[in-house]
Amino acid sequence: MQLSREELIKAYTGMCMIREFDDAVHYEFAADAMPGFVHLYVGEEASAMGICMNLNEKDTIASTHRGHGHCIAKGCDVTDMMKELYGKKDGICGGKGGSMHIADLSKGMLGANGIVGGGPPIVLGAALTYKTKKTNNVSVGFFGDGASNQGSISESMNMATVLKLPAIFVCEDNGYAESTAREYAVGGSILDRGKAFGLDSHEVDGDNFFEVYDAAKQVIENARNGKGPALLHIKTSKVYGHFEGDAISYRTKEENERIKNDEDPLKIFKKKVTESGLLELSQLEALEEEAKGKIKIAIEESKKAEFPSAKDLLTDVYIKY
Amino acid sequence: MSLKTYREAINEALLQEMKKDENVVVIGEDVAGGAGTNGEQDAWGGVLGVTKGLLKHFGRERVIDTPITETAIMGMASGAALTGLRPVAELMFVDFMGVCFDQILNQTAKFRYMFGGKAVTPLTIRTMYGGGLRAASQHSQCLYPMFTHVPGIKVVVPSNPYDAKGLLTQSIRDNDPVIFMEHKNLYDLSGDVPDESYSIPFGEANFTREGKDITFIGMGQTVDICNKVADTLKKEGKTSTVLDLRTLSPLDEDSILEASEETGKVVIVDESYPRCNIATDISALICQNSFDSLKAGIKMVTPPHTPVPFSPPLEDLYLPSEEKVLSAAKEIL
Ligand SMILES: Cc1ncc(C[n+]2csc(CCOP(=O)(O)OP(=O)(O)O)c2C)c(N)n1
Ligand SMILES: [Mg+2]
Repeated sequence: MQLSREELIKAYTGMCMIREFDDAVHYEFAADAMPGFVHLYVGEEASAMGICMNLNEKDTIASTHRGHGHCIAKGCDVTDMMKELYGKKDGICGGKGGSMHIADLSKGMLGANGIVGGGPPIVLGAALTYKTKKTNNVSVGFFGDGASNQGSISESMNMATVLKLPAIFVCEDNGYAESTAREYAVGGSILDRGKAFGLDSHEVDGDNFFEVYDAAKQVIENARNGKGPALLHIKTSKVYGHFEGDAISYRTKEENERIKNDEDPLKIFKKKVTESGLLELSQLEALEEEAKGKIKIAIEESKKAEFPSAKDLLTDVYIKY
Repeated sequence: MSLKTYREAINEALLQEMKKDENVVVIGEDVAGGAGTNGEQDAWGGVLGVTKGLLKHFGRERVIDTPITETAIMGMASGAALTGLRPVAELMFVDFMGVCFDQILNQTAKFRYMFGGKAVTPLTIRTMYGGGLRAASQHSQCLYPMFTHVPGIKVVVPSNPYDAKGLLTQSIRDNDPVIFMEHKNLYDLSGDVPDESYSIPFGEANFTREGKDITFIGMGQTVDICNKVADTLKKEGKTSTVLDLRTLSPLDEDSILEASEETGKVVIVDESYPRCNIATDISALICQNSFDSLKAGIKMVTPPHTPVPFSPPLEDLYLPSEEKVLSAAKEIL
């Protein structure tokens, strides 16, 4: 791994923005200020940033119900995203999608998804476009440990190998699908499933940005060079529950503490870069403050923003009634 | 008799049928929850707590948490129904039918007919539907017309706690595949529900109001809207008939025609997409069979033909409401 100072700063800035965004959503939701269902990504930041820092603007990703981190890492505007969460007219999807359907095609973000396992088949399509048009781009499909049990995931991995597509499958394994443990629901191993379908498959420590970055760099480069698809099985954990409002009674207190204290990718990053003298602690703290400030503004602006008007109900669809 | 919520009524029907018949098993994602964890077992009891508590009575052998794999869930439940169990499988949100429809449409719905009457498939699929929770396009749909279109499946849409318990009991005892649709906005609705077990037969719509000026036909959550509008009109001196369809397949055609003929003025309130939905189906039924009794064109109150929007003011505009139903009624009164 040889990251420049600028790249390290970019990585930490991105992780802080994700952290601050979802922490803020946690509080706003608890205060009843936000409608709908939200699923937070806190604790998994290194995965989104480690992957997306290896992508360019023309590369694409498809995300999940837990998508805020992927969106931010792929360059979506945080204020536009926040406005979307509040259902505002200037939200990133005009307020029509909400948290589970954030998309910004201009940034290569093909959509979060409310359907578990919905994204990876779409990634195949993007990868087919790149292969057909010989653009050297790649497409990345995120999915969870729970989603790994959907037929759509197996079907997509198989097709990617058959057509040798530049598709990267990223399983963010946080140990749980809703209240069900991976140990219960996943037969065999996720890594072996990738291998069985012929994918270049690697297990990665998702709390460590550098490990994710390195693994992603290698498989993405290979895919760009026509060497076919890969699976990254990223072991991580989420701080909050499945969705906001989940009492998390299926995890023990000790586990919650461990996740918060010992498996925090931001803390781990900070320790590594300061100990090796790559960045100063004060610099990192300044980045944290900057992210806090940006998210605060995003929330203020979102609250002030206007809701869509009645006529917006009937736009963006092929039949008008 | 005691006051119970729609959620509690459903839970009680499951509990009583599971006690009565050991072939009844509950299958689905997080229907108990906590599987394989060091924390609370029965941690969820379904996303909105409807199956909570069954685990302690019946254990994991009969309250079966599954991986996220709707095709396998629906297929497994169908196959089990075909071979001796009486499963109640949960499709968490009806929107997820997209993942598993083959097992419902081409497999379970067809067994009995396609096998020349030899198969019995006592399967109940419980599922949540409907808007109002700001759950956006993929978690808010009202897809019962997709099921009524398919011969071989019975489609049940309870509007209140009493019906929820009686109709779920009937669904479980029924020997055909039934899709039992729970409107997620109704779970906290309370009503009088007998403590003992009872069933309500399919194909018997329920008259919740009887009047002579106008007829409202509703299903699931829209029945409540119809009742409220009828009560508003009563204050203005107009009396209404309100018909709660209760089951969409089988459809109580006689009651629909009777209700329509009582007043000659019909408003149908349906939360599903407006094309080829229950409102259009009933409207065709009335026009074909008792056109002469109509005194005005039939009114349909439905959402517009768009996906369900997320933004709260848009979703409010999207859904059928008392105001919309009242103004439709006033156009023909
Ligand atoms: C097809 C489908 N089935 C079920 C659900 C309900 N659901 C939403 S998220 C989720 C758990 C997903 O677990 P995992 O893939 O591990 O992702 P995580 O939430 O842990 O990030 C479930 C069951 C859904 N949205 N879509
Ligand atoms: Mg998970």
